[in-house]
Amino acid sequence: MAVTVGDDEWAKYPFLAGSGEYLRDKGFTLEQFGSDPDLKVVVDRALERVMAAASGKVYRSGMEGGSRPGDIERQIEIFSFLLAVVLLRLSGMDTLVRRFALAESRRAEAHLERDLGGGGGGGGSRPPDASKTDLAVGLIGELFSIPVSRAGDGGGFAIPVADYLRHAVEFHEVEWKLVNRRVAGGLVRLTRHEVVRLVRSELGVYILSRVRSAPVPDMLPHFEAPVAELVAVAKGLEPAPPPQAGADAEPPPCIKHAMAVLERGENLPHSGRFMLATFFINRGWPIERIAPMFKGAPDYNERITMYQLRHLSGEGSSGGTRYSCPSCKKLRGQDLCFPVPACDGISSPMQFRGEAKGDAPA
Amino acid sequence: MRPLDDASVRAAEAAFKAYYFENLASIRAPPKSPQREFGYQRFNSGMVRHLRARDDKELRLLIMRSSPSDLYSSNGYYSFPDLPMSEKDLRGADLIFDIDAKDLALPCRPSHTALVCGECGLARMREGEGGGGGGGACPGCGSARHESVSLPCTACIDGAKKQVRLLVRLLGEDLGVPRESVAVYFSGNEGFHVHAAGTPYEPLGTKERGEIADYLMFKGAKADSYGFKRSSRPGRDDLPGHDEAGWRGRVARHVLGPKSARPKSAAAAAQAGYAAYQARLEEASQAIGVRLDRAVTADVHRIFRMPGSLSGKSGLAKAECADLDAFSPYADACLIDDEPVDVTSSAAPGVQFRLRGRRFGPYKHGEQATVPRYAAVYMICKRLARAAAPPPPPSDSPSPPPS
Repeated sequence: MAVTVGDDEWAKYPFLAGSGEYLRDKGFTLEQFGSDPDLKVVVDRALERVMAAASGKVYRSGMEGGSRPGDIERQIEIFSFLLAVVLLRLSGMDTLVRRFALAESRRAEAHLERDLGGGGGGGGSRPPDASKTDLAVGLIGELFSIPVSRAGDGGGFAIPVADYLRHAVEFHEVEWKLVNRRVAGGLVRLTRHEVVRLVRSELGVYILSRVRSAPVPDMLPHFEAPVAELVAVAKGLEPAPPPQAGADAEPPPCIKHAMAVLERGENLPHSGRFMLATFFINRGWPIERIAPMFKGAPDYNERITMYQLRHLSGEGSSGGTRYSCPSCKKLRGQDLCFPVPACDGISSPMQFRGEAKGDAPA
Repeated sequence: MRPLDDASVRAAEAAFKAYYFENLASIRAPPKSPQREFGYQRFNSGMVRHLRARDDKELRLLIMRSSPSDLYSSNGYYSFPDLPMSEKDLRGADLIFDIDAKDLALPCRPSHTALVCGECGLARMREGEGGGGGGGACPGCGSARHESVSLPCTACIDGAKKQVRLLVRLLGEDLGVPRESVAVYFSGNEGFHVHAAGTPYEPLGTKERGEIADYLMFKGAKADSYGFKRSSRPGRDDLPGHDEAGWRGRVARHVLGPKSARPKSAAAAAQAGYAAYQARLEEASQAIGVRLDRAVTADVHRIFRMPGSLSGKSGLAKAECADLDAFSPYADACLIDDEPVDVTSSAAPGVQFRLRGRRFGPYKHGEQATVPRYAAVYMICKRLARAAAPPPPPSDSPSPPPS
């Protein structure tokens, strides 16, 4: 790639194209990691990295604290990512691959944001390191074709309006509407946090594609136990079977679609999760019965899911308000509506009374 | 719109044909013509689209073959422009904007709007002589069914021009579209079309273009983004500054008034609270946003009236406005010839209009008048008259020979 990447950057962004050669460049082979007892610690670190992702956490090493890591720590950081990919490919568990990609993208986001601004917080507590900023800007340009520039007066960054719109148009929060941004001369001004937020979903997709396209290596002795562990963990993460209609009425197509997305282990947007949860809450399902539906989400975290369900059902500490299921009009605006003929005349998914026998899907 | 009678169709078609024939050399295919979809309508007929015209020659052939009342080309360009929409493969689209005087809702509007009865075709002014008080029953047949037809009004055109100037300024200042990429056309009826080609916005889809339209219309602005958080009152420097670029500066100047009054007006805005500030931003949309048709800008598959072609709604041309200030649509876009033509008025007394600086009307209902062809076509297209029937054949003409 055109951006010059050093060890520091490989450690932060180990998913970049070319990281595969890093092992060779440092004089290591995959076979050594698969058999040399002295290197097993790195395989253990790789397993730890995947397990953190599997439980919905972002893997944290010494690098996130802001202190400058030593050469060894940096190398372990890079090797552990590469070996995590090896373990994932050997396990063949796509659920874990998706969770890993999501967790790694969150981790990379934090690094990108720090590199863009130099400090840890929103405003930046340290003066920006120009070379790091340039590298982060270069990476965003190269990976996502967004030409980011420094905004000049007042700090922050600027990107062309057209590039901004291509990404921000999918965001539902009103502050991302172009009319609510500072726009001048064909450029939109953004904070570093906003720049990173803008590329979040592409970053996840990019890492996912890198992991999925990695070759499946031969099984080696040190990999056998971790791979078996990953397979067992992945099986435990399989989503609960879809709720049986039974005494309950058939769910409408928007709800079925959201459930199918989660069953495939794909990411359902926040608005879709809200719809799904409020639909079943308002059908009177206990939250313990609803929570397992979200197990397929790549960022599933049982504690957070239960907390959110309690909040939506009005059982949370904030007290009392049970949220309604969004209207069909609202869902159409969020691209969550997949109508069938039986949806005619209803204004909320709660009013759906099932498809007549023989109804063809729309 | 009420269908035209056969004689009127023939008269209007002949006038359009003559215009295209006389001006054939100046009918130019738009840039990227081989990648654009073309379409047309004939008087009293539906739309024909998914056509291709690779160059000027093919376009002229299409015009001469089809005798169109309206001619369109797409703002989008495709790999296969003549295939059905789902197979065209969109490659990009010009940014287009439609500013129509009717959307400005100016107070003059009722005074130059005629109502055409859906039953008997009698046209009468909405206000004034023979008006009948704005949309009541037809004085001719008593029917309540009618259509509104707008007649030339310089105040409406001036209002639309003001919107065009604002749009062109925002495209440049905010969206970075250079003036030389922007072309302004009279729409052929009572508004303007603005095209911006060769910009970075070409690849954008419907949603993104809708966002651009909302931006230009100043629609969807939230108080939180203009310095007033819901959770706290704004401080002295939180509200937008008068010298800031983009909408923040415009909001400051419009909502907070003159710069000298800013400390007082900012304090008053803070005092009035979040909801009041939000309401003022929403009101400001009408005053400082561009009044354009959002659906047109957002649509990447639209076929849009082609520059240089005539409008079947008026007989006026979609003419480029090189100098918008000096452009006078009812003279500069009135390009049909002035051969005398007989028409029969279907308007009640009180209906009159000006074209090429000359006043036409009022005419009595059923009155036969000889007017220049451009005025005859205008009256026919606006349903104010029909072509006079050809004289009956002389009674002593010989009988056809037996076959």
